[in-house]
Order: sequence, then C-alpha cells, then structure tokens
Amino acid sequence: MKHDIYSTEGLYKIVEKADLSATISRHVIYAPLIATKAKAGHFVILRCRPGGERIPVTLVDWSPENGTVTVIIQAIGKSTSEMNALKAGESFSDVAGPLGTPVEIKKWGTVLGVGGGVGIAELYPIARAFKQAGNEVVSILGARSKDLLILEKEMASLGRVIVTTDDGSAGKKGLVTDAMKELYAAGEKLDAIFTIGPIIMMKFVAEASRPHATPTFASLNPVMLDGTGMCGGCRVEIAGKPKFACVDGPMFDAHLTNFDQLMKRTAAYREHEKQSLENYAKDHNCHIGLH
Amino acid sequence: MENKPKKPTPSIKQNLGRHQDAVARRSNFDEVALGFGLEEAVTEAARCLGCKTKPCELACPVNVKIPEFVDLVHKEDLGAAASKIFETSLFPAICGRVCPQETYCEDACVLKEKFGPVSVGRLERFTADYARKSGLIKPPACAPDTGKKVACVGSGPTSLAVAAELRKLGHSVTVFEALHEFGGVLSYGIPTFRLPREVVRFEVDMLRRMGVRLLKNVMVGKSITIEELKKDFDVIYIGSGAGLPTPMNAPGEDLVGVYSSNEFLTRVNLMEAYKFPVSDTPYYIGKKVVVVGGGNTAMDSARCAMRLKPENVTLLYRRTRAEMPARGEEVENAMEEGIKFEFLTAPVELEGDEKGRLKRVKCVRMVLGEPDASGRRKPVPQKGSEFWVEADSLVVAIGASPNPVIQQTTPGLAANKWGGIIVDEATAKTSLDGIYAGGDVVRGGATVLLAMKDGKAAARAIHGKLSAKGN
Repeated sequence: MKHDIYSTEGLYKIVEKADLSATISRHVIYAPLIATKAKAGHFVILRCRPGGERIPVTLVDWSPENGTVTVIIQAIGKSTSEMNALKAGESFSDVAGPLGTPVEIKKWGTVLGVGGGVGIAELYPIARAFKQAGNEVVSILGARSKDLLILEKEMASLGRVIVTTDDGSAGKKGLVTDAMKELYAAGEKLDAIFTIGPIIMMKFVAEASRPHATPTFASLNPVMLDGTGMCGGCRVEIAGKPKFACVDGPMFDAHLTNFDQLMKRTAAYREHEKQSLENYAKDHNCHIGLH
Repeated sequence: MENKPKKPTPSIKQNLGRHQDAVARRSNFDEVALGFGLEEAVTEAARCLGCKTKPCELACPVNVKIPEFVDLVHKEDLGAAASKIFETSLFPAICGRVCPQETYCEDACVLKEKFGPVSVGRLERFTADYARKSGLIKPPACAPDTGKKVACVGSGPTSLAVAAELRKLGHSVTVFEALHEFGGVLSYGIPTFRLPREVVRFEVDMLRRMGVRLLKNVMVGKSITIEELKKDFDVIYIGSGAGLPTPMNAPGEDLVGVYSSNEFLTRVNLMEAYKFPVSDTPYYIGKKVVVVGGGNTAMDSARCAMRLKPENVTLLYRRTRAEMPARGEEVENAMEEGIKFEFLTAPVELEGDEKGRLKRVKCVRMVLGEPDASGRRKPVPQKGSEFWVEADSLVVAIGASPNPVIQQTTPGLAANKWGGIIVDEATAKTSLDGIYAGGDVVRGGATVLLAMKDGKAAARAIHGKLSAKGN
C-alpha cells in the first residue's frame, strides 16, 4: 500500500502494542513519513499527549510498506509510564522524526554489539544493518535479571549472542564487560564495537576496548529537549569539544566521549523526575481504587 | 457614527497603555501590557492627522494601511478596520505586540516631536483583539487553485508570511514545523507575558482556514531533505530561523544550571515548565539567577526567570544601557520587575560543585574602548577587576546564528561563514533553482518584523516565478 507521507490522517496511532515485561512495551505506530525515511540509528521524539514531555527514543524497526515505526519504551518515569499505559488504537499526540545522524553502515568484518537493558532494543536495528552489509555480528546482551532481558531471539537471528545478568537468572552472572574481556582473552577478532545502554556500562565498554584500540561507538542519551539542535541542552563533550547529541549524534566515538560529564548532566533533573513519578503513582493508585 | 467628530485631536497626550502592576506580574505569566479599551482606542485614533503622504505606512515593514485603519477605529468601525489591516498583514495581533513600532511607524509619525506619536502598535493590537474576540475576522478569499505547490520550511514569522501571501494567490502551500507547536520563535521563544499563545494559535489557524496544510514534527534537513521535497513541490521557501545558540566559550559552561536562552525559553514557554509539576517538563534555576546579554532575548530570559520566584535575578551586560540592543520598553519592564542590571560586566569563568552544578560566576568589569565593526564602542576588560557572583543558574543570551542543518544537508546551497543562507536581496532566491530563503536563517538573529518583511518580498518573487510562462 502506498502511504501519503504528507497526510495527517491517522497519524501517530498505535496499531499494535505488546508488553515485553512488566515495565517494557513495544509500540508500533503509524507515521508513514518517518517509516519511509528511517535508517539505523535514527531516533524519534514522542509526546503521549498535549502538554506531555518530549521523550527521545531510538527507532527499533520501521516498515515503509505498512507506514509504521516501532519503538520499545521502558517505564522509568511519569512520561514513559504514561506512554506504556496507552493501548493499541490510541494515539501519541506527537512523533517527531526521524532525527539524529544515522549510523554509518559499512563493512568492518566482525562487529560486536553490546546492549544493556532497554538499550538492546536500540542496538537491534544497527546490528541488523551491519549484518545485512555483510558483517559478522556478535552480541553481548546485559540485563539486571532474566525478566528484563529483551529481544534475545531477534539478536540471535543475527549471530552469536552472549547473555549476562546481574543476578545470574539468565546467561552468565556478571557484567557485559566480563564477557568482552573473555572474547578478547580468547583472541577473537573484533573490528568494531557498538554499545547502547546505561552510561556507566558504555563507559566501561569503552575502557575495556581501549587497550585493544578497537573502534568503539556509544549511543549517548543526554537530557534532550527539542532534538533539532536548537537548545544545546544535549551537549556532550567529544574529544574535548561540545557536540549536540540530537543532530551530531547520538552515536559518538566512545573513546573520545566524556562519560563522567554526561553522567552529571543527566542527573540534572533527578529530583524533579522523582517528584513527578511519585505524584503520578499516587494518582494512578487512586484511579485504580475507584474501579 | 456620523456624530463622531471628524476633526483630529493631535494635541491630546499619546496614550502609552496600561501595564499589569510590576509586583503582581512577577508572580504570573499573564500579559504585561493590558491593551486599550474601546474608548481609549477611539480617543487615541482621533489624534491621527491622516497625512496624505502616509509616512507611517511607508515605514512599516509589512505595509499596514495605517492611516486608513486608524481612521476606521476612530469611526468605531472595527470590523472594517481589521479588514483594512488584513489587506496587507494577516498577523496584526502578533505584530501589534512584538513589533518595535517606535523604530518604524511611530518613529515616522509627524506628531512624534510635539505630542508623541499616535500609538499605532497599541491600536493595531486593539483592533486585532477586538475583531478576534467578537468573531469579526474571516479568512481572506483565496484565488482559484493554480496547481502550483509550495513548501515552507519552518513555521515562524517568515514562513507564515510567505504561506499567507501565496495561498491568497491560489497556490497550494504546505508548512513544515520541526516542533509540536506552530509559530517558531513566537511559540518557543517569546514569553506568554509578551505574546499570549492563543493569539499565535488564532493567527496560525487563520492559515489553516485558508487551506494551508500545516505539518508538525517534521525536521526538514533530518526527517526529509530539501532534495527530497523538491520532487514533490515546485518551490521551497526556507525559513528555518536562527536556532543555533551562541556559547560564551567560558570554562564551566557544561555545568548543570547553565542554559542557552533557547533552552531556557523553550522549557519555560513551549513546554510550559513554569507549571511544573502540573506540566511535565522541569526547569532548574535555584535561588540566584544570572542572565548574560543585552538583547530582547536576554530581557525575556531574565523576566521569565523572575517569574519562577528565585531570590534574585542579575543581568550582566558588557556595555552600557545606551548600547543595549533590547527595546527600551523591555529594559524598563525588566527593571521595574526588580531585575538587577550590572552594566560593563562580563562573565569569564563558571565554577561548580562536586556534582557538577553551577555555584558561582567569575566576572570582570569592562571599559568602553574604540568603536568596533558594528560602530559600537568595544568593551575592554579592566585588569584586576575580577569578582565572583554566586549563582545557581545562568542563562546565556548573547545571540543565535542560523540553524545549520539544512545548509549541511543540501548540496549546492550557498551559505556564508556565519552559516546564513546566501540569497539575492530583491528576490530571496538562493543558489539553487526554485529554492528561496528568508528571515533569521539568512539574517542571523534579527526581528519578527524583518522576517515577515522577507517573507512578503519572497512571496512576490515566488509568485512571479510560478506565474511565468512555461512554468
């Protein structure tokens, strides 16, 4: 079916929704312009309703044929909780994109993908694009526990998968960097590494690959507002220079990234986020009580 | 109506309008300028001499038929007055509020020296508000469809002007906006206490009622390129604005609490962070706020900050009040609201705590030296004058340059070294065929009215091209 990319008919409707865990949901959203233009590494900015916060999320999948894009959202604050409370048939008020600079897909040889938590979802399309470009793909997937591990099957369809969990409930007990070190120790040839997940994880992935000089790229997730290069709120320090994650990134050379600064800047609104979530949880329980 | 005195009464003192009380308005985001009532408007309109030479109209960037509409206000025929303004400008409620009339029509008014000019801006605003509230405004008629398609990139003042003019001429117009709200700087930048959102929404909606297609959430240059748009549109007008903030390049600018004015104003205005936690987007200003800069954006930032109820707001400007680019009225408003001005002062270094949050700002005093390229005397730091100011947050409002994304993603589109798109001044044509540009993406940070003026000029050129034989 041919979709009119300039039409607003049915825009941002959730055509399919699936809960992957208690807090993680997959949304398939009607947005034909984005579906037509998306490339691996692009992100969108979502608002679930008028007045809502702008939340950047990397695209997991897209279908020009269906005119849809897929995102996977983990409910960690008020806005993401509200988004995951939306049902199929309901609509987001806004989906802006595709935004950012897509990942350069080329033939590296063997590409290692290191995903943590919901970052695995964002790693998937990039790993898939590298596979399609003729690379061998190896993945290390980390999660706190088995129930928070997502897309293992999809990642396994692209190549070898190593799973690590904090509690050992799936795969090996330990950190993704432990698995990385084992690969290096076994003399595996790794030509490039792409990592998406918590900042602290990406920082240590970069440290683990630095002695081996493996080109390593991390998808940075600073606090973002407009996503169009206008506000500079998402500035990150790359090789000592400020870059805007929204237009220059979000993927940057991990060995040149100032992760410590990124961690401080992402903590800017922690108190506000806590307050918002507490208020939301209170209201939420009240509503449940009424039914 | 026939009972009204026809004779002008120019010697009545110019009515400068009433303002919300300076203390009361510090705790709200309601409009500061209260606008005329009917009686005030008619009395002010009666002052107009109706000069045959129309100096005011000639000075107006968008050629509002000033003597004629003012005469209609005088006659209390407000529907006709609004229609008269509409003949040349579809955005009178916006312009009546944000145009620096004192440098255009009111500066040209022959009454200026002796009695003070006719308050044209306040009359324009009154007329537009009155007509809007009483449902007197109807979208203007559009010429039959020409079959030509125009894309406007951005929905700020310059694109709105282009869209209005070309739609009236019968062309199909699609406006692309990157954000979720239309209006560009009118929505994300200018605070509600200077320009209420319902005013912007109404005048944008007028375009929709005329048949202009408005598409939000599409960032041209990223979501879709100019080259891709070229396949679907006959002409593209780029009005993507001056969205790139200028950093101070001072050590510590990455500390938490340091904002570009774009970010601070976007949070507060577009995202309505001032309502947090009722709204979802937070802000952080702490107790002591410092704003750096001397333009309208600096005033807007300082005045927004003051309304978020910190202990104090200090504005640092490296020259003196005389050199400030901000409108005099806005500087006065800011001073009335209790913002502390530190002239001849510039920040040189920002210091934070162990969590990376701003704590204090090292400043230096300046003296004015020889005139620089802009003709203004260049501020020179005074050795040994450094001192520290405590600050929890700091807003950098020292200018913005053209958003570079479209220039970077459009091969062959010529730009200058500041990133501004190069255009032919008379026609707004860029280096690429069928692509036009105007407003701040060409000028750098200028004004709403110059952006609209560019849009009107570009629309004339675009219409010429679209109407030309063989096109």
